[in-house]
Amino acid sequence: MKYLSEYRDPALVEDFLNEIHKITTQPWTLMEICGGQTHSLVKNGIPALLPDKITLVHGPGCPVCVTSISIIDEAIYLAQQPDTILCSFGDMLRVPGSQKSLLEVKAQGADVRILYSPLEAVKLAKENPNKQVVFFAVGFETTAPANALSVVLAAQSALENYSILASHVLVPPAMEAILSDESNTIDAFLAAGHVCTIMGLDEYYPIAQQYKCPVVVTGFEPVDLLQGILMAINQLEKGEFKVENQYARSVMPEGNLIAQKTIHQVFEVNDRVWRGIGNIPQSGYDVKNEFKKYNARYKFNIDIIAAEENKECISGDIMKGLKKPKQCPNFGTKCTPEHPLGAPMVSSEGACAAYYHYAEN
Amino acid sequence: MEITSQLDETFRTAKVSFGGILKEINLYMTPDAHVGDFVLVHVGVAISKVDEEEAAKIFSYLKEMGEVEELNS
Amino acid sequence: MNEKIKVELQCPMPKFDFDVITMGHGSGGLLTHRLLKSGVFDILKNEWLDQQHDGAILNIQGKIAFSTDSYVVSPIFFPGGNIGDLAINGTVNDLAMCGANAEFLSLSFIIEEGLLMEELWQILYTIKKAADKAGIVVVTGDTKVVEKGKGDKIFINTSGIGHLHPKANIHHNRIEEGDVIIVSGNIASHGIAIMSVREGLEFETTIVTDSIPLNHMITSLLENFGENIKFLRDATRGGIASVMNEVAEITSLGIYLDQKQIPIEEQVDGACEMLGLDPLYVANEGVFICIINAESASEALNLLKGEKECKNASIIGHVTSENKGKVIMKSKVGGTRMVNFLPGEQLPRIC
Repeated sequence: MKYLSEYRDPALVEDFLNEIHKITTQPWTLMEICGGQTHSLVKNGIPALLPDKITLVHGPGCPVCVTSISIIDEAIYLAQQPDTILCSFGDMLRVPGSQKSLLEVKAQGADVRILYSPLEAVKLAKENPNKQVVFFAVGFETTAPANALSVVLAAQSALENYSILASHVLVPPAMEAILSDESNTIDAFLAAGHVCTIMGLDEYYPIAQQYKCPVVVTGFEPVDLLQGILMAINQLEKGEFKVENQYARSVMPEGNLIAQKTIHQVFEVNDRVWRGIGNIPQSGYDVKNEFKKYNARYKFNIDIIAAEENKECISGDIMKGLKKPKQCPNFGTKCTPEHPLGAPMVSSEGACAAYYHYAEN
Repeated sequence: MEITSQLDETFRTAKVSFGGILKEINLYMTPDAHVGDFVLVHVGVAISKVDEEEAAKIFSYLKEMGEVEELNS
Repeated sequence: MNEKIKVELQCPMPKFDFDVITMGHGSGGLLTHRLLKSGVFDILKNEWLDQQHDGAILNIQGKIAFSTDSYVVSPIFFPGGNIGDLAINGTVNDLAMCGANAEFLSLSFIIEEGLLMEELWQILYTIKKAADKAGIVVVTGDTKVVEKGKGDKIFINTSGIGHLHPKANIHHNRIEEGDVIIVSGNIASHGIAIMSVREGLEFETTIVTDSIPLNHMITSLLENFGENIKFLRDATRGGIASVMNEVAEITSLGIYLDQKQIPIEEQVDGACEMLGLDPLYVANEGVFICIINAESASEALNLLKGEKECKNASIIGHVTSENKGKVIMKSKVGGTRMVNFLPGEQLPRIC
């Protein structure tokens, strides 16, 4: 497959690894932000191939993992309303709320549908005028344009029965929260390639400057990740702290302006509670007032009790890179994908899931 | 993913081939993408057109790095 | 959202005076009699079914294997086949994995009221063709009808018996360190064929199921390699990863796989990528794992590759004493990863 297979070329992988081994002289800790990057690394067995001096820690780039438990409960509440179809990305279904998961609620008869795209939900709303269709709009900045576009298209068609339950989170505030934490050990970031495809590079310059931390925007395939790691190590060894773009085949410095415009048309920035981490100011999107008809929170009177996190789940420490999944006392015992204590064990981008499925002991 | 055929100019959707699988994708955010181009797709929406020139650079990166080092040493 | 596959009748259907199956057809009364006499089941005609006994009388000597399986796949028609193929090939293959060549099968239907006669006819015709290809006979059967909403179009159970091959000695406790693991063909095609209908995916070239009878191939393998074959299993639900994990667990040995050697069609690989599925866990129907001693491995591979249906067979790994109880795989780029049991249901109702 073009633009995919070349970035998995074993010979190129070996070349990059050799170069990384050559230039690494000191211990460095790198964090890759995005869950997709974590999975790609662990699935290909890359961490074990890097020099021992390099420690990779995994960031909170799993939108499913950081969606607060109360929002999952909100989705479950909506799914259980009569004549309501709750649509979601497949990933969200197994994540436990305070009592159950969407999958369990579906098994009990709620109309919960797994969709590939929010645009399919709009289509579903048009085809089912007698039902309320709610799309569980979870994601980072990468998914926000599609979710926003679904609202724009619904508004264009004057649909009365479509709305979204928004749970968007933003990367730069999370990076700042991690870097400003006193126990922070991160020397450099591999920023999320897809997020930057949308938002561009601007937001990362102040972070790199203030915290003296290299930021390399990186893709997802093995060759991308290794080149990103190489670029980061190169900077660290030279004492530099710049923003660099490894994923230039998809990321423009300004990002995708139409996507950004669409996001800002529908969403405004707000504070957001990140599951396991807590409140991070100005780190989420909520639906703007002028589109409140399409905001499920405004449309429905969602009656739920604010829930507390499972105290045994240390997902916060894992997502901030302070602990590795296998350091959790419940990893693989009390907490497994079949009966998770928290989200990272269940999500396809969760660090705990990646280690559980792929990492050797 | 490669755009194989334009379906609808008004709504900017197209059939996109992903290694042989055809799916209808929305091109609203990539107005400069046309048949034959490659796009990055996320949840049913194309979010960028692949810059072929940049894409090729990765393969000569190490060689260039090596050349720079030689110059500096 | 899913497009219904239009049933194309491969064999002209006789005229019946009913278009759909109703509760009356399963009641045991006049309508049932009419159904049986209508010629619907004529297509499966043989000396046992003609007796219309409650059971079949068979004259069997020697060691036989006995297996049963039920088929609940949805949708019932999919690219390359239908539930009828699975029902025959599935049980034939289970017997083959025991080292036996299937001879006689029972066949029972649970039909949901409203199933079109056209669809039943096509399924029966497919069953007949599959039975002939496998060289087996359906000797006894049953038909029940349930109310609308209490089934899903049609469920099928087949049970089968066949003689054990005299050279067969298949048991997991014979597996040893150094034994070689062979897969008989491209993986994940069946699962993706099903998903393509469920998800409404379109492919440049349609991906079809891999459902085939494996008994002839297995008989040939056993004839040539007999005792050198330690273990056979078809990689149905849960894919080859599940078979490997079952073996690792039950033998307390380790399994080492090389991702580069695992054969998969490019489009199927792409589909898995797109759907977020790991092909190692995707269901197959006509693909099996053979664990054989190292000395016979390449000859066995050549034998398989000589057959059209197993031409993509490949040696994918070996049994080791390291990482006991676990399955480790070397990725295409050189790193290693674990291959665990699959948590939960990747693709429900796949067979």
